[in-house]
Amino acid sequence: MTLLSVQDLRVSFPDRSGGRVEVVRGLSFDLGRERLGIVGESGSGKSMTGRAVMGLIAPPGRVTARRMEFDGIDLTRLPEKGYRALRGARMSMVLQDPKFSLNPVIRIGDQIAEALEFHTRLSARARRAKVLEALEAVRIEDPERVARLFPHEVSGGMGQRVMIAMMVVLEPALMIADEPTSALDVSVREQVLAIMDDLVRRRGMGLMLISHDLNMVARWCDRILVMFNGEVVEEIGPGALHAARHPYTRGLVASLPRLDEDRAELPVLDRAALGAGT
Amino acid sequence: MIEVRDLTVRYGPSTVLHDVSFTVAEGESFALVGESGSGKSTILKALAGQVDDWSGHMALAGQPIARRRSRAQAAQVQMVFQDPYGSLHPRRTVDDTLAEPLSIHGLPDHDARVLAMLDAVGLARRFRFRLPHQLSGGQRQRVAIARALMLQPRVLLLDEPTSALDVSVQAEILNLLKRLRAEQGLTFLLVTHDLPVVSFLCERLAVLRSGRVVETADVALLRKGRLTSAYGQELLERSEGRTR
Repeated sequence: MTLLSVQDLRVSFPDRSGGRVEVVRGLSFDLGRERLGIVGESGSGKSMTGRAVMGLIAPPGRVTARRMEFDGIDLTRLPEKGYRALRGARMSMVLQDPKFSLNPVIRIGDQIAEALEFHTRLSARARRAKVLEALEAVRIEDPERVARLFPHEVSGGMGQRVMIAMMVVLEPALMIADEPTSALDVSVREQVLAIMDDLVRRRGMGLMLISHDLNMVARWCDRILVMFNGEVVEEIGPGALHAARHPYTRGLVASLPRLDEDRAELPVLDRAALGAGT
Repeated sequence: MIEVRDLTVRYGPSTVLHDVSFTVAEGESFALVGESGSGKSTILKALAGQVDDWSGHMALAGQPIARRRSRAQAAQVQMVFQDPYGSLHPRRTVDDTLAEPLSIHGLPDHDARVLAMLDAVGLARRFRFRLPHQLSGGQRQRVAIARALMLQPRVLLLDEPTSALDVSVQAEILNLLKRLRAEQGLTFLLVTHDLPVVSFLCERLAVLRSGRVVETADVALLRKGRLTSAYGQELLERSEGRTR
């Protein structure tokens, strides 16, 4: 079943000469209750794609699409008020760094409860129960204690789990995770991904995992879109990273050092040639 | 080239390094791996003279490091940081950044040295009077490497020099570091959590955990996935997970 359907998505910003630069150029994809990875390097337009779906691109940025439909709702015509009812409830976004995306002066439990307060009419007691449940769902062992803490009192990995708890407390249908583990230590990355993966499977959510980390995305997603210069250059099935055909994807894979590395020099992307090719 | 023996570092009441010992030969590239909080960056800071409360023995090129080091000794060891966005002064041009160490150490020929260094790190000369925000992440990291090399140091301390960069840019910077090391006979001490980077750039490594060295090994063992300590194996498994 298609949850999100995007056709010919374009995002542009004004440039200095009065024209517009397109940072996402005609992107199309369908997302079901699955894990879709979007990979690309800085400036490829991957984050802008996630933000456009969430309705988070403010003027002078401009979003157009032939079609952008989420669960039967036409997002291209949705006013801000309608978006507000969706965000946090039906679709949510996990950002890169818990240090900057949690409010430093509000206790963790209260921050998670805020979404419930905004979107539901639950009693304070029911809200509290939901908050503890959400913290437990992200494998926080002592939810009562953690709910009372401020963001600076928890580690990065714990902070990111709190973010995820906040995003899933209302059981959204779609979760967009933009570099959810890049600010975390290697040792906790896998844990955080496993928690997200588990939530996606158990609750039947659709997940859009946006990252520059090819290998990570390759291991956690059912399908991968590779973006370059605002366009999808290739779609890759599970485990087929090394069978990638597009020169950009192949270049990226080749330029990664390997554990059994014996090359004297790493191959470098020929950007000029790629630019001419696309 | 680098000798560290029984190095212990305290920050207030907590001890962050416990009796760390290792040596790095001249021209060798040595890696310190471990997760956040293992103390790997603290070792670099101690060698760079940024830590006050330390005990033990550290020596560079046979000369023991004293509490107050001479200018010449300070010039021998230079550092490259992780974040090229945070480590360059936002209102100083590339030229200012590269010339500053020369002024401090009273060295002549600023022009010639700056231009030669831009060439050496593969930055076009037209970037000389740009500000950091006019450069890409990879170009900034080239500036940071150039700054570290201005005083012709013998040792480069590299603190996660590529983990803030895109994959393809990482390859360019790693190639650059490898080439510079060969050309200038530099000794590298690299801090990273990325084991494949160690395989590419280093000959030996030390595995750190909670401020202690749990294993020192040849990179050949790392390439074969045969670290001997339990914790080393754990790091390998996580890395395999990441790179498979």
